[in-house]
Amino acid sequence: MAKVLVVTSGKGGVGKTTSSAALGAALAHGGDKVVVIDFDVGLRNLDLVMGAERRVVFDLINVVQGDAKLSQALIRDKRLENLSLLPASQTRDKDALTEEGVARVLSDLREKFDWIICDSPAGIERGATMAMRHADVAVVVTNPEVSSVRDSDRIIGLLDSKTEKAENGDRIEKHLLLTRYDPARAERGEMLKVDDVLEILSIPLIGIIPESEEVLRASNVGSPVTLNNPASAPGRAYFDAARRLKGETVELTIPSEKKGLLGKLFGRRAA
Amino acid sequence: MSLMSFFNRRTSAPVARERLQILLAHERGIVGGKPDLVAQLREEILAVVRRHVMVEHQNVQVKMNRDADISTLEIEVEIPAPVGAR
Repeated sequence: MAKVLVVTSGKGGVGKTTSSAALGAALAHGGDKVVVIDFDVGLRNLDLVMGAERRVVFDLINVVQGDAKLSQALIRDKRLENLSLLPASQTRDKDALTEEGVARVLSDLREKFDWIICDSPAGIERGATMAMRHADVAVVVTNPEVSSVRDSDRIIGLLDSKTEKAENGDRIEKHLLLTRYDPARAERGEMLKVDDVLEILSIPLIGIIPESEEVLRASNVGSPVTLNNPASAPGRAYFDAARRLKGETVELTIPSEKKGLLGKLFGRRAA
Repeated sequence: MSLMSFFNRRTSAPVARERLQILLAHERGIVGGKPDLVAQLREEILAVVRRHVMVEHQNVQVKMNRDADISTLEIEVEIPAPVGAR
């Protein structure tokens, strides 16, 4: 039976889609059968980030409305055969996603996969609540930045009240994924530190993704960063996060500043 | 001058952290439907002070600090100098 994981955040542009693709690829790389679903109707992007934009024929809404079979809409990744994508529609109206339809699609997918990763749209509207509704696990993506932390707090509130699990009196498993973290700036006191964010949001940490050029490089070429450059700092951080999602204990080190000679001189003087 | 200000620049992350803690203390109260303790305290303390001195709303600062064992509520009320005091 699959685990349904929602990747959510509240604020836009913090790395939900990047993280959905990277975690999905990392889990699939480890042998699990994974499907990543784009819930951002109207503004789909997961297909682009995963390099499948030219292979989309049918989408989530076609399946929800019964115009296409699930097997017709699922796009199998060209690099990893146990990774699939269910794209969002770009044209139809947002309300085309019905609650019963989504529930039916998810229950069909649960039989075929180990992980169902729901890439949530930003905000707290219908699309976002629809993406989190049936989740077993939530990854809350947050930047070390005030507006992002505030919106994440709001989303945590929704996860605890508006999900199926919460309504049945259960607790949804929640994890924090801190992205775009710059250890040098955090050390200089110019960026919220990991501990600050953890203390404010008080949900367990699943990973820290360092700010890196690799992330943009990977999305430029349409490949999850965990496939494009698995050895890069963000690649490794996502692989570790994926292992933690599977329940493994992986030591989490807070990235610290790596200083060159120039950095040492400069860093010391600026401190 | 600009070099000096570079050295003396106050780091911004602690400010961000403090702003967030206050803000979220407020918002969690609102969303959870529970009475907003900090805002309520602020209003009531202000009302008491106003019985004696006229205080502007913006001259009151409420800070909430949470540590592992204790939380402290710091309230700073700026009282205007009495008229003709100088």
